[in-house]
Amino acid sequence: MAKYIGKRLLYMLISLWLIVTATFFFMRMAPGNPFTSEKQLPPEIEANLNAHYGLDQPWYVQYGEYLLRILKWDFGPSFKYKSQTVNDLISEGFPVSFLLGLEAIFLAVAIGVLLGIIAALKHNKWQDYTAMIVAVLGISVPSFIMASFLQYFLAIKWGIFPVARWEGFMYTVLPALALASTPMAFIARLTRSSMLEVLANDYIKTAKSKGLSSGAITVKHAIRNAMLPVVTYMGPLTASILTGSFVIERIFGLPGLGAHFVTSISNRDYTVIMGVTVFYSILLLVSILLVDIAYGIIDPRIKLAGGKKGE
Amino acid sequence: MEISKDKFKVVGTQLEDAEKISKPSLSFWKDVFVRFRKNKLALFGLVLLAILIFMAIFGPMMTEYDYKQNDLANKNQAPSSEHWFGTDDLGRDVFTRTWEGARISIFIGVAAALIDLCIGVIWGGIAGYKGGRTDEFMMRFADILYGIPYLLLVILLMVVLGQGLGTMILAMTITGWINMSRIVRGQVLSLKNQEYVLAAKTLGANTTRIMGKHLIPNAMGPILVTMTLTVPSAIFTEAFLSFLGLGLTPPLASWGTMANDGLPALRYYPWRLFFPAIFICLTIFAFNVVGDGLRDALDPRLRK
Amino acid sequence: MEKILEVKDLKVSFQTYGGQVQAVRGVSFDLHKGETLAIVGESGSGKSVTSQTIMKLIPMPPGQITGGQILFNGDDIVPKSEKEMENIRGKEISMIFQDPMTSLNPTMRVGTQIMEVLIKHQNMSKQEAKKRATELLRLVGIPMPEKRVVQYPHEFSGGMRQRAMIAIALAASPKLLIADEPTTALDVTIQAQILDLMKELQNKMDTSIIFITHDLGVVANVADRVAVMYAGQIVEMGTVDEIFYDPRHPYTWGLLASMPSLENDNDAELAAIPGTPPDLTNPPKGDAFAARNQYALAIDFEEEPPMFQISETHFAKTWLLHPDAPQVNPPESVMKRIRKLSSNFEKPVLVKEGK
Repeated sequence: MAKYIGKRLLYMLISLWLIVTATFFFMRMAPGNPFTSEKQLPPEIEANLNAHYGLDQPWYVQYGEYLLRILKWDFGPSFKYKSQTVNDLISEGFPVSFLLGLEAIFLAVAIGVLLGIIAALKHNKWQDYTAMIVAVLGISVPSFIMASFLQYFLAIKWGIFPVARWEGFMYTVLPALALASTPMAFIARLTRSSMLEVLANDYIKTAKSKGLSSGAITVKHAIRNAMLPVVTYMGPLTASILTGSFVIERIFGLPGLGAHFVTSISNRDYTVIMGVTVFYSILLLVSILLVDIAYGIIDPRIKLAGGKKGE
Repeated sequence: MEISKDKFKVVGTQLEDAEKISKPSLSFWKDVFVRFRKNKLALFGLVLLAILIFMAIFGPMMTEYDYKQNDLANKNQAPSSEHWFGTDDLGRDVFTRTWEGARISIFIGVAAALIDLCIGVIWGGIAGYKGGRTDEFMMRFADILYGIPYLLLVILLMVVLGQGLGTMILAMTITGWINMSRIVRGQVLSLKNQEYVLAAKTLGANTTRIMGKHLIPNAMGPILVTMTLTVPSAIFTEAFLSFLGLGLTPPLASWGTMANDGLPALRYYPWRLFFPAIFICLTIFAFNVVGDGLRDALDPRLRK
Repeated sequence: MEKILEVKDLKVSFQTYGGQVQAVRGVSFDLHKGETLAIVGESGSGKSVTSQTIMKLIPMPPGQITGGQILFNGDDIVPKSEKEMENIRGKEISMIFQDPMTSLNPTMRVGTQIMEVLIKHQNMSKQEAKKRATELLRLVGIPMPEKRVVQYPHEFSGGMRQRAMIAIALAASPKLLIADEPTTALDVTIQAQILDLMKELQNKMDTSIIFITHDLGVVANVADRVAVMYAGQIVEMGTVDEIFYDPRHPYTWGLLASMPSLENDNDAELAAIPGTPPDLTNPPKGDAFAARNQYALAIDFEEEPPMFQISETHFAKTWLLHPDAPQVNPPESVMKRIRKLSSNFEKPVLVKEGK
């Protein structure tokens, strides 16, 4: 187990280092100096600014300092808004995004798993077909389109939910639904197929031959094993919710980190893009690592093998 | 019971009868086709796809409007017999732009899938065929690249490289090929050690014959499915990037840029968002069900 | 002796894309208390389907019992509901499957998998069940059962897992144990151990066993009686001695001739049965074995043979036993085994249909 986690941790650090390095060099390659875009600054002011942000140093010094700052959990300043640092943006916007993300993850997992289990238990019956058509539709509708549809019909037309902003639970329902729809559909399909595979296993027959009721078999023997692939999907799920939040927060006017990120992209606020990207990457890689560890705990076969699914 | 005596004569085995197979034997792809045809949803997807492609080719010619022709006197018109899908804030015909957008969206999807295919097949094929150290190294490299969050990297690249069709496809394929290479490698690895390939080798088949007769036809299925499923994800990515303002530059129309332009006007001119949005969904849906149908048709476990 | 199980003219079929497969086509046999009946046949002969039907474990649909009765203690289980079956499975009848690697739940402790039976059928508390599970593991010869009881199946070897399966199957002291090729997936040395264990436990618990196998060699060791199945029918049935020393059906001859044995001379060749079993979507007219039978008579291709009775316990379904049939000699290797059995009737007697 320790070896397994160690190996994962190593890969994570390499990926992270690659991302940090790539962001650093991409941003240096990016067109123009951060201060040139808006208005022409007098040369001495520009030189001052460059000195202030260390831009007059050779690239390797800048790179080294950048790595050190990331290690100290400092994601740098914003070039556009002098008074604000990336850390400020994160502490301001991330709680909103985090709450919304949690709600969406909960919705996606709860409804997705339920749909998948029903579909598998009612294999080739109308419940199965209905659930799978709902799922394929969910996969086919990108989150930002789902968001606009929900907003137009449920909020603007019928007034059931508030249109935008962040002022209480009712304000979170539509964005969370829009964020959850695609991963929910994926989870439903994944659960169904893994459940069908598990149900075809010999040990289900063994359980039946013991005289267990089909309810007990489903709960005790089938679902737990069927959940293993769903657990591995938690990493991609986090990624999907996170990137989804960029557009969803924009559509619903939520003050989350995703919305700030999009603003910084359209402003070409390079240091913010850089800092937030690195922060997101850390977040994602850590959650993937956590999922891997959780998988190791849930699947008893992993402890001995030191890799996935030993034997 | 009276039975004539001459019936009790030993006649022995009649193996020709026993070996006769009642079901007509079908070639692999014919069999796949038959099963695919039984899948109503996949068939529907295929028809839908045909219609979408037809409209992408001929749709823009069906109106008298040009996709970039402004008509400020007629801006934000609701759908009518004049403008079937209405007009946008510059008075451009949404119907024409929608099909113009279809060309670009489908082009991006197919181009990304083809590039992924080329790089993926070469990378995965070499790794799988060589095996050993080469395989280890090539796949570790792919693993690490795979650890980088896909959309974040694409966004970053678009910011750096600047907007445009070429940069967008480049940004998508820079890590997009990894999935394909993993699939190809897995296929090659499992196929090259299959008994029937060994059997073919023992029978003296040369490498070309083994590749052509055994490896490629058998790996074709999963590759085809992956490709079919790459197209909608690329279309999605394009729309997503455009929605973030990182898409194509005007007056070029893609479904993503049209939806992005339509969003602020959602409350009053919903058709400007809805038409491109619906076609994004329909296209992704069609590719998805065709891909699923192909995968099910190819899966020998479902064979009966 | 008390009859525990009586199967009468059982017919089972499966609905598939290719049409209806008649997997079991009128099988009848009975089983006494404490007796072991071996059902022998090639894969696809319907032996597993027959046994799983006795516990109603075949998936329905696509499976369907299209006719016949299964009397367990005189009580027909064919019309029983799933709820009623739950009280029979594991408690009255239990089953061991072929592959111990896949028949245990990989993410559940072995002890828990045994305890499930005890809690369900013996109304035990968790503590009692755990204690009993440990005892059962000791009973089936697993060393250090206190440690093993909390382990997962992947920590057990193949033979150990099959022992654990036996512990599960016997936990509620069932009256009938169905063992579906329980030793096929195991090493030869382990096979013998498992067979010994089963015999030993059978004596202790007075359980009846239906032992399904394709291996005649195993049969001689464990069974009291043998039923040979081919293409969904029982073609010959008798005591072990009758099947081994006085076989009458050409298919049984084929099976015996293809079995390696130490008594065989070195120069005696192993004879394979040519061809493959018929497609049961569309069973052949007449005798299903005729096409592969070197002794086939003309009538075999037209008329299904009736059952003939050779002794009180010995039955065979072949035209060769008809008074008009020519005298044919079985293959040489089988010829050598044949002995005169005193229990035989003077002449084979035709068993009337619908007995």
